[in-house]
Amino acid sequence: MIEVKNLVKRYGDHLAVNRLNFTVEEGQIYGFLGPNGAGKSTTMNIITGYLAATEGEVTINGHNILEEPEEAKKCIGYLPEIPPLYMDMTVLEYLKFAAELKKIPKEKREKHIKEIMSLVKITDMKNRLIKNLSKGYRQRVGLAQAILGYPPIIILDEPTVGLDPKQIIEIRDLIKSLGKKHTVILSSHILSEVSAVCDYVMIIANGRLVASDTPDNLSKLTLGSNTVEASIKGTRNTVVKILNQIEEIQNIKYKDSELPGCVDVTITTAKDKDIREELFYKMAGARCPILHINSSTMSLEDIFLQLTENPGKAEKAKTETPQAISAEESEAAQAGESEKVSGEDENVPEEAAEDEMSPEKGMEKVSGSGKSNEEGEQ
Amino acid sequence: MKAIYKKELRSYLTSMIGYVFIAFILVLLGIYFTAINIQSAYPEIGYALSNTSFVFLIAVPVLTMRVLAEEQKNKTDQMLLTAPVSIGDIVLGKYLALLTIFCIPTAVICLYPLLLAQHGTISFAMSYTSILGFFLLGAAYISIGVFISSITESQVIAAVVSFIVLFVTYVESGIADFFPESAGGSLFAFVILAALFCLWIGSMIKNPLVTGALAVVLEAALVIVYFVRPSLLEGKIQDLLSVFDLSGHLNNFIYGIFDLTGIVYYLSVVVLCMFFTVQSLQKRRWN
Repeated sequence: MIEVKNLVKRYGDHLAVNRLNFTVEEGQIYGFLGPNGAGKSTTMNIITGYLAATEGEVTINGHNILEEPEEAKKCIGYLPEIPPLYMDMTVLEYLKFAAELKKIPKEKREKHIKEIMSLVKITDMKNRLIKNLSKGYRQRVGLAQAILGYPPIIILDEPTVGLDPKQIIEIRDLIKSLGKKHTVILSSHILSEVSAVCDYVMIIANGRLVASDTPDNLSKLTLGSNTVEASIKGTRNTVVKILNQIEEIQNIKYKDSELPGCVDVTITTAKDKDIREELFYKMAGARCPILHINSSTMSLEDIFLQLTENPGKAEKAKTETPQAISAEESEAAQAGESEKVSGEDENVPEEAAEDEMSPEKGMEKVSGSGKSNEEGEQ
Repeated sequence: MKAIYKKELRSYLTSMIGYVFIAFILVLLGIYFTAINIQSAYPEIGYALSNTSFVFLIAVPVLTMRVLAEEQKNKTDQMLLTAPVSIGDIVLGKYLALLTIFCIPTAVICLYPLLLAQHGTISFAMSYTSILGFFLLGAAYISIGVFISSITESQVIAAVVSFIVLFVTYVESGIADFFPESAGGSLFAFVILAALFCLWIGSMIKNPLVTGALAVVLEAALVIVYFVRPSLLEGKIQDLLSVFDLSGHLNNFIYGIFDLTGIVYYLSVVVLCMFFTVQSLQKRRWN
């Protein structure tokens, strides 16, 4: 669908996009996630043909955006960060203009505009001047303009910025329903939004793609392990004895529970192991009822901070940046489920990264201290 | 292109600017027409038109200042540039809309000879030739205004710069007289121009050796021409400046001459400005 190869965008000395590579497949919702100024909007502007890249190329449905701009642009509906609205037009006039601009056949235009207006719920506003609309409605008119003609690819730059919570939910639902038939790319710096809406997340920091995977996989990927939290009724000794029988467990932390007569445990296992069933039967056999059990993975928030801040820190000490990235890469390779993670920096030797750079090592550290903790408490 | 043309035309006709432009031209022309053709009973409308041509200096910047600058300011150009239309179509659609606005006062002016014909004999051919010249001059000025509007985000800057450029072309013949017609004067002017040209080239190719070589070759050629055939240089700076003499080309039309060079000249200005406008929009994507 969309192929982005080696994309570089330079503004003077400032590198806004730094060797970005990714492929977007049909019929999924993609989320660009990144802090402010990470290069999300610039990337989107390049994909849609508004800006030209300094290096690299963008192909949309086989059409290069620079060589066959009109063919490529036909496939895209774009809602930029600031909705491109003409303030002195009414909503209907504006959408008619947009439809004509997008070369929607004259006989279909009217019906189609009606359909889109009811889809984004602006039918009541159709005769109002755009300058008299509130921010939320303007955003919707912009969205209507982007999905006009149902282009196969819809690109939305921060579509829910400035909306009230109810509108945010409505727009998200709309995006989700669009994702069934279209490829949608949306950018956001709001994590909950991306994890709620997107099938696939690309995290961008400092113009680089630092990670890309499904939200679930990303959580596991970065953690490198699975954690189960449980509250078990029984004495600590019994619980310890039973838990020690389960081989998959890498690490256990004990804590006195708020519930009377209970022990809280946090159990870490290898990432592809789920011990919850086994735990249940073992505990049931020993007549230690489990009152609460919860499999916790690292939240997207943690991953985001880890991925976007570390390269940022490393930026100051330039030699460290590639290491941080390659650590990501090697880890992703281990996970074996990240065909698209950070294709860049292939030539960088995969040296051992600084401890604080590498989530994996970080985890080892934690598990190490966890073990000593366990021994101590035993 | 049609979509942009229609949208632009509507936006001019639903806001004040279009009407201000039309009214301004008609009011000023009306005053001169009354004074020259009615009060003094002069049969040729050309004289009134030629006297009114200064109206473009103010009316055209007012008309063209927002045409592309506003789109950039409001980021609506993002919609146009990501739509499946070429930049050429965008520019052409906008220019044709402006031209259509300008056709309205021109159509009204076309009635004036009919009015005069009620009171005596006039040459229609001469009258309409001068109206054609007036229209072509306005069309060329508007294309310049469109280009200047494309290079800035600010409507005020677009208006001021357009005014200055139009003013310079308007008084060009006066400026040309500042320079002596001697070969020495031309040599001096051309040497400076060649140096500026080399600086411009140098800033683009960033190669001091090539730039230096070019500068030496150009300046040497000028000096050689000066010493071998000084007559070649005489009055040449005036000839060069006359390229920018837009209003000067109106004179033939006013005298009733159907001046083909004048038509070609004005059309070339329009085409060149459209080309530059497209380039300036293209360039912005690469910055």
